[in-house]
Amino acid sequence: MKIVLSVTAPGIEAPIDPRFGRGATLLVVDTDTMQADAHPNPGVNASGGAGVQAAQFAAGQKAEAVISGDFGPNAFDALKAAGVAMYLYGDCQTARQAIERFQAGQLQQVGAPTQSGHHG
Amino acid sequence: MRIVVASGKGGTGKTTIATSLALGLAGDGSAPPPIFVDCDVEAPNAHLFLKPLFEQSQPIGIMIPVVDEALCTHCGKCAEVCAYHAIAVLGQKTLVFPQLCHGCGSCTALCPEKAISERLDPIGVIERGPALEGIDFRRGLLDVGKPMSVPIIRALQKQVTPRPGQTVILDAPPGTSCPVVAAMQGADYLLLVTEPTPFGLHDLRLAAEVARELGIPTGVIVNRDNGPYPDLETFCRSSGLPILLRIPFERAIAEGIAQGKNLVEIQPEYGERFRQMFHQVVRGEKA
Repeated sequence: MKIVLSVTAPGIEAPIDPRFGRGATLLVVDTDTMQADAHPNPGVNASGGAGVQAAQFAAGQKAEAVISGDFGPNAFDALKAAGVAMYLYGDCQTARQAIERFQAGQLQQVGAPTQSGHHG
Repeated sequence: MRIVVASGKGGTGKTTIATSLALGLAGDGSAPPPIFVDCDVEAPNAHLFLKPLFEQSQPIGIMIPVVDEALCTHCGKCAEVCAYHAIAVLGQKTLVFPQLCHGCGSCTALCPEKAISERLDPIGVIERGPALEGIDFRRGLLDVGKPMSVPIIRALQKQVTPRPGQTVILDAPPGTSCPVVAAMQGADYLLLVTEPTPFGLHDLRLAAEVARELGIPTGVIVNRDNGPYPDLETFCRSSGLPILLRIPFERAIAEGIAQGKNLVEIQPEYGERFRQMFHQVVRGEKA
């Protein structure tokens, strides 16, 4: 299955970035092969709607799940509509660690936005 | 003549200056009392000083898209044309994010299936009524929780139609972002209120840059003046910004303001000083 993670740099050993819409890189990982493709986060410099853009990216990649540190209300609604499951990093440090814990069922799934959104 | 009072930094005395100027001009007698517009729609407070009696209230909103899922083919055109990412196509669903929408109507106009209609999303009100000395007072008020004040400021601007010889004074919001630009647009003259501090000067520079970009003639008022601040003087001189007025840092003024009085009530000679400043500005305009 495909998973999208917000990270600070390309590669499976990349340090995590807790910001979903504003993290520098979105890593698309195929959990069967551990192949990791890095893409620049589309909304990293957007004045608004960064979370929506990142969610659209994940949906476009046909990801089944995303892992990040935070999901605002817009990203949450968008990912929910697209049927993409959301998980939190917890104290994971790298993408590889997050995927291992995800596969072991150790990551917390998100059922509501984890922050109230950013404006201005 | 349309005069905008702005500052960059918040709390420098925009409203003190704007309301005192309005009262000064209202006391002139030779021209109709001015129109006063409080454009700080997120936190308007000029009413505290000019004490209007609001007689009219008009709701303001923006048109936001409504998607008919029965007609939508999820082609993604709407999401592609939206500059603000306020509409997104996610698999077999098209979602609208009202808080991101600027109401531009691009998605509605460009939907190939005509699946998008629009509804009014109320964001605030405009209020109007007579204030002290016959001042025609207007203000906008953004609803709590709404992120976008520009449509209200634009509506205020549009409704200002001065009589011949009537001056319009607009009290801008703090900062230098979109709402401030919206308040400055169409101004004949800009008064930048600053204070002699590094923070005041920093934001004065930013505000002066906006004014230069918009091509508005600009003058500076130094509020809470407590002695020479050479960096400020140098900046104004080198930028060609005249310092029109200095208001000293005085306890009596601070106490009066805290009681809801403005400068003209606290020290009546400010009425004449503001009128003189105004005529200097008008003359400078004609020269």
